[in-house]
Amino acid sequence: MSEYEGILQLLSWVLIAGGTFFVVIGAIGTLRFPDFWARLHAASVTESAGVILLLAGLCLHAGWTLVSVKLIFIGLFLFITGPTSTHAIANAALVSGLRPKSQSVPTGNPDEYQP
Amino acid sequence: MRLVVYAVILSGLWLLWSGIYKSLLITFGAASVLLVLLITVRMNRIDGDRIEIELNPLKFIGYFGWLLLEIAKSNIAVTKTILSASMPIKQNLFDVPYTQRTDLGQVIFANSITLTPGTVTVETEDGHFLVHALSYSSDDMDALADMDRRVSETELVARV
Repeated sequence: MSEYEGILQLLSWVLIAGGTFFVVIGAIGTLRFPDFWARLHAASVTESAGVILLLAGLCLHAGWTLVSVKLIFIGLFLFITGPTSTHAIANAALVSGLRPKSQSVPTGNPDEYQP
Repeated sequence: MRLVVYAVILSGLWLLWSGIYKSLLITFGAASVLLVLLITVRMNRIDGDRIEIELNPLKFIGYFGWLLLEIAKSNIAVTKTILSASMPIKQNLFDVPYTQRTDLGQVIFANSITLTPGTVTVETEDGHFLVHALSYSSDDMDALADMDRRVSETELVARV
């Protein structure tokens, strides 16, 4: 039993460390990327991998308790609200006329969407 | 009938989120459930709009697992881009057609695109989304068409 718990503890710390790594990566990307549109993608690394791994790690840490239930609900809500807020920010940028710095492959025509 | 189901769901959620089962707090919980039910009934009188979930639950769970794998893959790709010295960014805004019949299906597809790092749904138009990609390659359209097909398959109603 204690060995099983030890493995769970180790796994949860691996997940938490992995989540932290992706949160830091997201922050680095936000600083390094050249413009708003690229930075949006760096932030979504924090939002997806960071959040999922951190919450999974914390769930393993808490075990079969109400805390885990709450963590899972937080995860579900973030899965819906995260992309929605990202979309809201990106859409606001598009509508106000901001365009990517380097449109290297012009297949779509973003200027159609100007209000 | 709907109200009873709603009350049971609300009470269940309240019990799960509270975790402290003292009689005073339970009373507060019951009172708040009643208040929410009252507000819902009042609002229904003005706006009887309901969201109908027309999804195949089993297929949706399968899709969710597949989506988690995709999120993992694209996270690694974006992490490589962030950490590489040259930062190979090739931004592009392009149209992605969708085939979902229901609003909910379209929301799931658009949010799935945004959830996978490297692509963000920027605008929704009739029949297609405007998507921004960080490192665009010609494979992206195929990958998104594959995702589109998978989301459409989770929809319960046969497409006309």
